[in-house]
Amino acid sequence: MATTPPTAPAIRMPPTSEAHLVLEGLTLRYGARIAVAPTTLTIPRHRVTAIIGPSGAGKSTLLRALNRLHETVPGAGVDGRVLLDGEDIYGLGVDPILLRRRVGMVFQQPNPLLTRSIAENVSIGLELVGMPRRERAATVEWALRRAALWDEVRDRLDHPATSLSGGQQQRLCIARTLAVRPEVILMDEPASALDPIATSRIEDLIRELASEFTVVIVTHNMQQAARIADYTVFMTPNEDGAGEVVEAGPTEEIFTAPHNQRTEDYITGRFG
Amino acid sequence: MIATGQPVSRSHRLRRRLRHGDVPFRLLAATFAFVVVALLVAIVGVAWDGSAAAREAFGLGFLTRTAWNPVAGEFGALPAIYGTIVSSAIALLLAAPPGIMIGIFLSDLSPARLRGPLSLMVELLAAIPSVVYGMWGIFVFIPFFRGAIAEPVSRALGDTVPFLAGPVTVGRGLLVAGIILAIMILPTIAAVSRDVLSVVPTHQREALLALGATRWEVIRHALLPYARAGIVGGMMLGLGRALGETMAATMVIGNTPRIDPSLFQPATTAASLIASQLPTTNTELHSSALVYLALVLFLITLLANSIARLLVWRVAGAAGGRR
Amino acid sequence: MFDTVANAASVRYRRRVWVNRLMLGLTIGSTAVALVPLVLILSYVVRQGVGALSVGFFTETFRPVTIGVAGGAGGVLHAIVGSALIVGAALLLATPLGVLAGIYLAEYRSGPAATVIRFCTDVLSAMPSIVVGVTAYVLIVQRTRQFSGLAGSIALAVLMVPVITRTTEEILQLVPQSVREAAAALGAPRWWTTLTVVLPAALGGIATGVLLAMARAAGETAPLLVTVLGNNQLTFDIFGPMQALPLLAYRYTEQPFAVLNEQAWGAALILVVLVLGTNILVRALTRRRAG
Repeated sequence: MATTPPTAPAIRMPPTSEAHLVLEGLTLRYGARIAVAPTTLTIPRHRVTAIIGPSGAGKSTLLRALNRLHETVPGAGVDGRVLLDGEDIYGLGVDPILLRRRVGMVFQQPNPLLTRSIAENVSIGLELVGMPRRERAATVEWALRRAALWDEVRDRLDHPATSLSGGQQQRLCIARTLAVRPEVILMDEPASALDPIATSRIEDLIRELASEFTVVIVTHNMQQAARIADYTVFMTPNEDGAGEVVEAGPTEEIFTAPHNQRTEDYITGRFG
Repeated sequence: MIATGQPVSRSHRLRRRLRHGDVPFRLLAATFAFVVVALLVAIVGVAWDGSAAAREAFGLGFLTRTAWNPVAGEFGALPAIYGTIVSSAIALLLAAPPGIMIGIFLSDLSPARLRGPLSLMVELLAAIPSVVYGMWGIFVFIPFFRGAIAEPVSRALGDTVPFLAGPVTVGRGLLVAGIILAIMILPTIAAVSRDVLSVVPTHQREALLALGATRWEVIRHALLPYARAGIVGGMMLGLGRALGETMAATMVIGNTPRIDPSLFQPATTAASLIASQLPTTNTELHSSALVYLALVLFLITLLANSIARLLVWRVAGAAGGRR
Repeated sequence: MFDTVANAASVRYRRRVWVNRLMLGLTIGSTAVALVPLVLILSYVVRQGVGALSVGFFTETFRPVTIGVAGGAGGVLHAIVGSALIVGAALLLATPLGVLAGIYLAEYRSGPAATVIRFCTDVLSAMPSIVVGVTAYVLIVQRTRQFSGLAGSIALAVLMVPVITRTTEEILQLVPQSVREAAAALGAPRWWTTLTVVLPAALGGIATGVLLAMARAAGETAPLLVTVLGNNQLTFDIFGPMQALPLLAYRYTEQPFAVLNEQAWGAALILVVLVLGTNILVRALTRRRAG
């Protein structure tokens, strides 16, 4: 039963004491066009937060603003702040390179480095930060175990990454992200290119990762969000075409008792 | 309509007759296309045939003899082959690193607006006629190089380092030729590098960016390994160009069919030897030897270019096939 | 030490940033350095060549140099005429050949014939120009015991054909398949479609390919050196030796007379303007058509 006016945004995220990331008035542009309307949101620590909504709602754009990949597109613009443990990642003098070690990303299409072996793919991040070769092997094994891939590849670590299946490649990419020990893992529809079995393995993995990392996952699959997310954020294009957060809160509440009419419409399949 | 076996409408019969034009047209086009094949066969055949006298006289020893003396009837190709390979190797060594760097800049780092004009200017370097390079070499570069580098260096190091030995007289030699050839093949390497680097998929770049790599690290770990074969192919293409380059080499290398370890001493290349002597040969053996040399040059460049094609095709597919 | 904490002050990080800046600087520097010879050479050609240009330069032919008499050695009309005739003949020979070969490769792509032809085109395009010149020398000059402009034209044509073939093939492939399919659906036979629908659409691109090939041929010296030889007289007889601009530039450079050297630079200037101008023009036309 809607208790607030049907079209007003209803944000019920956890208090800032549990927040890992805080978005304050984050506005994202491509040239003159506003892709994401000013957004204020908290992302809780060590939880899985899902962002759902129809296509064109700016979900991926919002996600990419959290590790400053959005600005690598020519003409892209950012206003507002994103606080990681209280510090604005868009502040003056903040180097995106250091930020991206703390906030990692897994992409929709598995993208292992095609010319490298399995082990090299996982250790590439370690190579960049200068970890000596002898120490890397231990971290590679840890990351592959954490990504639930170790048993399948332990005998062929020097084989090319392209010899793995799609689902395995995606877990390899997750291992690669884990190896540098980020605090936040962003996932942009990580299972949408995979078959159902591989998808379910990834979903189990995501649930398990939340114990150690903060996970933010964009998905167009509502059932997936319902299965794995602690919190859910619903975005949809507003009447100017910019994406805006309509409702956000504990997953169960969103799906069983949405406060906002637009949320309810989306969830019951009336649009999107 | 067709299955009844009865010829039907006038238009249908007309169309059938027109369609039969397909075969003659294809044959016509194929004939012209095969002229291209015939041309190549003719060139190889003529080279083989025209070199017969020299091949009978010297056999494969032609490639290892060192004396080139038209008057005495002695023809050894080694000085020419040596000069060709050394000058081209110098050119490749000098042109490859900047060429690849330019390819990186044009494909990845330059602002979009500058990409076109800068690419055009690099290509203009390749469009300057070879004879103009030679003229500039003679009147501008050689005097400068002789005074600023060749003379001082050969005086200082010439006694200890054989390949820097003097005396430097006119200033023509292997090193100046190599430098000018380097300028001429730089655009080739740059353009191919640029082409193969720009087709590396975005997702490879993003994989590295998301791990916190600097722009250079993205290039080094994602782009270059992916495009490596194509870049080497571009280098081989440049090498092929340098091997066959005639006018600029002729004008700055000194036309002396001798092998001298010093880079400051005059030498010759196969192409320049042929170009300077063929119009004025007096004996059949002389012209036959020059044709034999042309055959050898053709085979050397064929080798370099075949390797190049293989490598560039493998990486860039349609995009790289252009060059 | 592996810095698990993103540490802006760490040595490793600062080194990475420094290396990044250095390498990016090197790429910019390389590009700038590449443009230096371009500017140097072009400015030198202009400076030296402009002095030779005059009405007489373009309208008079060779006059022997008289030492001590000011006024120069005539003009390069004979070379301009020679170049025009030789390149023109090469154009007439190479264009139909190259275009039809390109049509074949584009329209009948697969099959062993196309592979062979494409391979031969590639080998021909990488052939050193002197080797082509030698072939023309043996086939024509030796047989007829005569240096001739026609032998040079044939050599240049051989150099132009692969370029025209490849450009034609590329341009024709850019014509969308839907155009051919639409014509086929209307019952048009393949050859008719190619000639009246596909080819006109590609004409602009083919023309630019021919232009580029022509510009390159105009600047070629080596094949002419061994087939055309050169001539100090103004002649229109393509079956005998002629003069050509690049040949003249080469020969006059080797002469000790300053007047002739100057004329060489004048000829070089004409060539450079012609060749570079064509390249820039083609680039501008291509960009306009593409977008």
